[in-house]
Amino acid sequence: MNKQIHQLTVTELLHGLEDKLFSSVDIVKHYLDRINKYNPELNIFLHINENALKQAQQADQEIAKGTKKLLLGIPLAIKDNFLTVGMPTTAGSLVLENYYPQYESTVTKKLLEAGAIFLGKTNMDAWAHGSSTETSQYGPTLNPWDLGRLPGGSSGGSAAAVSAQLAPAAIGSETAGSIRQPAAWCGVTGFKPSYGRVSRYGVIAMASSTDSPGPIARTVEDAALITSIIAGQDSYDGTSLSKEVEKYHELLKKKDLKGIRIALVKEYLLPTMRTEVKTLIHAAAAHLESLGAKVEEISLMDPKYAVGVYTVIQRSEVSSNLARFDGIRYGNDRNLFGEEAKRRIMLGTYTLSAGYYDAYYKKAIAIRTKIVEEFEQTFREFDVIIGAVSPGPAMKLGATQNEPMFGEMEDVLVEPSSLAGLTSAGVPCGFVDNLPIGLQITGNQFEESKILDIANLYQKTTDFNKFPKQYDK
Amino acid sequence: MTQTNITTDDVAKIAQLASLTVSEEEKQLFAGQFSTTIDVINQLNEVDTKGTPPTSSVTKLENVTRSDIIDTDRVLPQAVALSGAKNVHQGFFVVKQILKKDNE
Repeated sequence: MNKQIHQLTVTELLHGLEDKLFSSVDIVKHYLDRINKYNPELNIFLHINENALKQAQQADQEIAKGTKKLLLGIPLAIKDNFLTVGMPTTAGSLVLENYYPQYESTVTKKLLEAGAIFLGKTNMDAWAHGSSTETSQYGPTLNPWDLGRLPGGSSGGSAAAVSAQLAPAAIGSETAGSIRQPAAWCGVTGFKPSYGRVSRYGVIAMASSTDSPGPIARTVEDAALITSIIAGQDSYDGTSLSKEVEKYHELLKKKDLKGIRIALVKEYLLPTMRTEVKTLIHAAAAHLESLGAKVEEISLMDPKYAVGVYTVIQRSEVSSNLARFDGIRYGNDRNLFGEEAKRRIMLGTYTLSAGYYDAYYKKAIAIRTKIVEEFEQTFREFDVIIGAVSPGPAMKLGATQNEPMFGEMEDVLVEPSSLAGLTSAGVPCGFVDNLPIGLQITGNQFEESKILDIANLYQKTTDFNKFPKQYDK
Repeated sequence: MTQTNITTDDVAKIAQLASLTVSEEEKQLFAGQFSTTIDVINQLNEVDTKGTPPTSSVTKLENVTRSDIIDTDRVLPQAVALSGAKNVHQGFFVVKQILKKDNE
């Protein structure tokens, strides 16, 4: 046993604080030391919170007084598209270099109210446009498993922070894969709540009709705890739903999967996918069957259509959302947009422009209906859908060069569920070339507790939750 | 080979609509890339959507309203609202001139 602080989950840290094995100051100091040591080589944090130690002292005082909060004294890493008062928020772009937000995002506000301490802000693809962190105008984050590879994205900094153990958990956001894909490439757990379950207020908007904030963590249990805190209706986000929030972390009770019907989608085992990845997904299905679930192969719409639909919808919404950055009220002017942002804004401008709106945008949102209906039909017969998160393991640095559709092709397996606003967990399910591979377990809208429960049981009965040796000492 | 042909002039026009400046090299680059991307998007024509209603939001919410009451928690004081601006004048944002006088 005798684990070091950075080898503990959030749940274990909370127990340690309660048993007075260490203080919040001990935890935060330990992480800040690690960040100072490893951040220069990994480029995970764009900003480190200089008040973190002071906030840890305050947390220790509260703990001494007997205050109970779900995350009291626990440090977290926050993706740099969440507005944080007192810390710069760049969204990975030079347009927002040195921008200090005027208000706090709902997600970070809720975490602060739960007693969390922010270690800093994590690197991401600029404006969350990408699946690599290579579009960040502050340089890419490196994958802790192999410094010659990408961490995935857009929440690549948050996933790498958990993988390199520079934070016990982190916050990311997903529009189509931006939590699950970097979590898969970095070998950690990612959880995408249903669209509308977590407030988007104060998250720099990418595609407003699919943006979903969520946790990246060491375990499903920790991801469930964080989701219990950040979920819920917010009067500042008109698309957040009033449905009651469950205490997800207290509902992880399954000991077997008797009665659970699982669909394995044939079309998601892509012809281009590496055989080793397919083998791991079939092995995961067999494992779930051994726990009592019934697994059946089904057929769904070819995910290539979801790529087209997502590309049109995402670019269109981006062109509208990024129109507000004019350098007048805050930030720098539009000349500082990087190549990827320009490409997306312009393509979206084109697909919404007179003469093309019907052919592209209207067509895409009609097919979106078909995708939604197909999932509704599937969830009448099945509890969950499983598949790979990504067609392969982490790709090498530079893989996005001259690949204007890189993100879409890497996210082909997560785009359909995002377009339908579904909830989905990504958990490690094995290794290819010593690099982690992720399994996605996807459920119907607002079935967070079921998905977390199944993912938790899968994780607790398998042995794929590993950390790169270089940073696990 | 792409089937769609977006020209550098098209790119220039889109850039103007999007209020972006693009260099000559970018025009060349984007023209080629947009053509490729539109080819991918054109695959959507293989899907029959006759009579299919559109989906712009998956929440099924309609007409989300609130009382017309000022929420002071959400209102920024003037100094805070102006704190991110590079160019302010007597408590206002300074914007670019968009209209011209007759003699200009």
